Amino acid sequence: MLRFVVRRLLQVIPTLLLLSLLVFWWLRSLPGGPATALLGDKATPERIAEINRGLGLDQPILTQYWLFLGRVVSGDFGTSTITGEPVLSEIARFMPATIELSVVALLIAVLLGIPLGYLAARYRGRPLDVATVIGTLVGVAVPVFFLGYLLKQYIAVDLRLLPPSGRLSTGIDATDVTGFAVLDGLLTREFDASLDALRHLVLPAVTLATIPLAVIVRITRASVLDVLGADFVRTANAKGLAPITVRSRHVLRNALLPVSTTIGLQVGLLLAGAVLTEKVFVWGGIGTMLADAITLKDYPRLQALLLMGAVIYVVVNLLVDISYAVIDPRVRLS
Amino acid sequence: MTTHPLLKVRDLRVVFRRRGEPDTVAVDGVSFDVAAGQVIGLVGESGCGKSVTSMAVMRLLPARGVEISGSIELDGVELLALSDSEMRERRGRDVSMIFQDPLSSLNPVIPIGLQITEVLRRHRGMGKAQARAEAVELLDRVGIPEPRRRLDTYPHQLSGGMRQRALIAIALACRPRLLIADEPTTALDVTIQAQILGLLSDLVRETGTALVMITHDLGIVAGMCETVNVLYGGRIVERAQRHRLFGTPRHPYTHGLLRSIPRLDSPPGEKLAAISGSMADNLPWAHSCAFAPRCPRVLETCLDITPDAETSGGRLLRCHNPVPASAE
Amino acid sequence: MTTFTARRKARIDELAGGRSLTSEAFRRLRRDPVAITGAVVVGLFVVVAALAPLLAPHGAAETFVELKRDLRPGTIPGPMEGFPLGSDQLGRDFLSRMLLASQQTLLVGVLATVIGLAVGVVIGTIAGAFGGWVDTLLMRLTDVLLAVPHLLLAISVAALAANPSQTTVIIAVAIVGVPIFARLLRGSMLAQRESDHVVAVTALGVRRSAVVLRHMLPNAIGPVIVQATLTLATAILDAAALSFLGLGDADPGRAEWGLMLAQAQAYLDVRPALAFFPAVAIIVVALGFTLLGESLREALDPKGSR
Repeated sequence: MLRFVVRRLLQVIPTLLLLSLLVFWWLRSLPGGPATALLGDKATPERIAEINRGLGLDQPILTQYWLFLGRVVSGDFGTSTITGEPVLSEIARFMPATIELSVVALLIAVLLGIPLGYLAARYRGRPLDVATVIGTLVGVAVPVFFLGYLLKQYIAVDLRLLPPSGRLSTGIDATDVTGFAVLDGLLTREFDASLDALRHLVLPAVTLATIPLAVIVRITRASVLDVLGADFVRTANAKGLAPITVRSRHVLRNALLPVSTTIGLQVGLLLAGAVLTEKVFVWGGIGTMLADAITLKDYPRLQALLLMGAVIYVVVNLLVDISYAVIDPRVRLS
Repeated sequence: MTTHPLLKVRDLRVVFRRRGEPDTVAVDGVSFDVAAGQVIGLVGESGCGKSVTSMAVMRLLPARGVEISGSIELDGVELLALSDSEMRERRGRDVSMIFQDPLSSLNPVIPIGLQITEVLRRHRGMGKAQARAEAVELLDRVGIPEPRRRLDTYPHQLSGGMRQRALIAIALACRPRLLIADEPTTALDVTIQAQILGLLSDLVRETGTALVMITHDLGIVAGMCETVNVLYGGRIVERAQRHRLFGTPRHPYTHGLLRSIPRLDSPPGEKLAAISGSMADNLPWAHSCAFAPRCPRVLETCLDITPDAETSGGRLLRCHNPVPASAE
Repeated sequence: MTTFTARRKARIDELAGGRSLTSEAFRRLRRDPVAITGAVVVGLFVVVAALAPLLAPHGAAETFVELKRDLRPGTIPGPMEGFPLGSDQLGRDFLSRMLLASQQTLLVGVLATVIGLAVGVVIGTIAGAFGGWVDTLLMRLTDVLLAVPHLLLAISVAALAANPSQTTVIIAVAIVGVPIFARLLRGSMLAQRESDHVVAVTALGVRRSAVVLRHMLPNAIGPVIVQATLTLATAILDAAALSFLGLGDADPGRAEWGLMLAQAQAYLDVRPALAFFPAVAIIVVALGFTLLGESLREALDPKGSR
């Protein structure tokens, strides 16, 4: 088991190195060169020369890459050209909002997706299954931002059922402890703040959850169908086991293996979807940060967010692989 | 032989219906008996309906798209009339089954031990510790070394032969009255095959379990079964005691099957007789003999009239032009 | 006796009745309502896109006095004589823009997919045909590209351009597809390399390039084509997302559904039709490609439908 973990960890290193090389190359191919890109509107010849020296752009290319790696490892991504604040501290500030949104969206997708996918497979070809399959196909085809605006316009603005944007209502006095609004309310016993934060979460989380939900339903359905036809399920039935035992121990336990990998892959979709969702609901997280960076050509931010997104994705999938090895005895030994 | 057979199958007919496609008759009026402690064989090439027959007896065929008619009585109880939960009570306890591919037939993600104990706990009401102790004994009885340690291993960690032994242990856990073995040795090496067959024979003799052996391999049948049923196109074409069937095969199909096996006493250089063509599905018996297109003894009648099953002298035969009894 | 032999042979043929794998696949496709639906939607889309300049009564950038007259904050003129779908937010004919946009949407989707497919196929063929360190290097590279969430990858590529344009959108979306196609083709090439028929032609001394191009590639390309059909759907959606983020085609003279949808969001309370028409168009077209791709995949899978 330990050997498996170590081996997987070692496999990640070349990926991360190549990734850093890619981002390094990306930074160098920015319009006007990295200095202009990093400075944005504040670019004067003196400042450009200064940045070039600071970035070591007058040095040989290998040295430049080495310096770049050093900066990345120490978390120095420069300062945002929009706010003048170090990018790293910006990220730290905006991160909790995005994590909160993504976690809730992923929970919705998983808790709804697995049962729905299972039921669709069990009642294959019946109306429930047909409706589910159509739903997943449409769910993937709807542009995320359009769905967000629809919910916002009709549920929040017209019907006034839920707040249309932001994380907290104005006038709510909330103490910031962890940055996770719902959790903060619970910690400080300001339950009204918690509830308010939760109400703000509903629409963005539902919007963000659509595509992962559709994907999880489809994979669960396909996987359950696959397992239902497996020989060992026939064996389980031939043993006369109670239906609940057959379903949980034999069908679900095997069917959920590929689903767990898919859930890991959804993290990538969530990060990308967050950019669109947060822009629609003015959420004030990493996604908004990224959207603003694009509009205002804030390259230090973009670079940091790009790298961070990829690293999170790689790490999450590493964790999924390891947990896979815990549930599936076959992986552990091969 | 008892007057009251343990398993009595009468006129079993299984039809697969798929939307937009013609019905497939997989089993077409099959009848046979198995007495307690008896070993019988169902023999035929793939697609002849032997596996479908066994799945029908176990009531393991899907409920949708499959139509089963006829009668399957186990110890006087009509299985086809039981509710799903009543049938579940009997499966694994009164009648159990061993399948062809031991690797895919075992759940890959739970240890062997649990796969045995779950049957014991379900049907024999054992507690956890008691079931584990019994599982060790079962594994020991099917010849798995170090049974206590094996309880916690996973199927992929065992060899093919050991896996089939584990499956046999599961099937025999509740001392069923009837065991159905569907090609139990096809996926195994020849040497292992012999071991597993020996084990099955011994266990059946010790426990008095009746055994239905489903195979395409006449060698297995010759070694184990008292009565042999030869199936073709979903019908039994010939049934006889083992010695009579092998001594004087009357149906051209049986005759061909036996002649296609190489024999030690045949002169060197002699060609093996092959049965040409392969079997077709749908409605092979409609207004003709299903074997007629491949039959060396075919007559005009064979293409016009479906032959009936006739019993004489303990032998069932379904043929217009059987091989003369004196042949061979 | 001749009639007897003939009858017997007829009975054998009747019972045999086998079909080849490809014709079996097509037979299944033709009877599959899902495949037919997908094909009809895609076909209709392509026809409308091709004929758009003929069908559209006006130009995409043309503004009209009749429409602009009633255009003020809070009102956008609806259907009126000569303008069946009314105006857009700038006083242009909405119907013409919807029709003309189909062409641009198809262009962006197809070009992005084809470019991604072409590059991916070259990489996948090289990796799968040669194996060894070439394979390892190329696959590590695709690993890295796959490690970046796909929209994020498209965003970073599009953001490289000083000014966003249709070309940058196409390139950005195309790059997302490259690692997917490359991996898929390599996988099926590797399977081909092991297969008996390739081993056989290699043993016969057929030149390596001929083995790869004539014997491996044609057999390995099936799943890639299926993926391309599915990618067309995501390409159209990704292009729309880029437009929404301000990384889309900046040319005001061209209409494109994604861009129209992105710009219409601000007028959802004034004239929802401005958003709904392009949205529904995108959804239906994306759905059409997905249905077609999925049924192709099922039909080509010899294990049967699932």
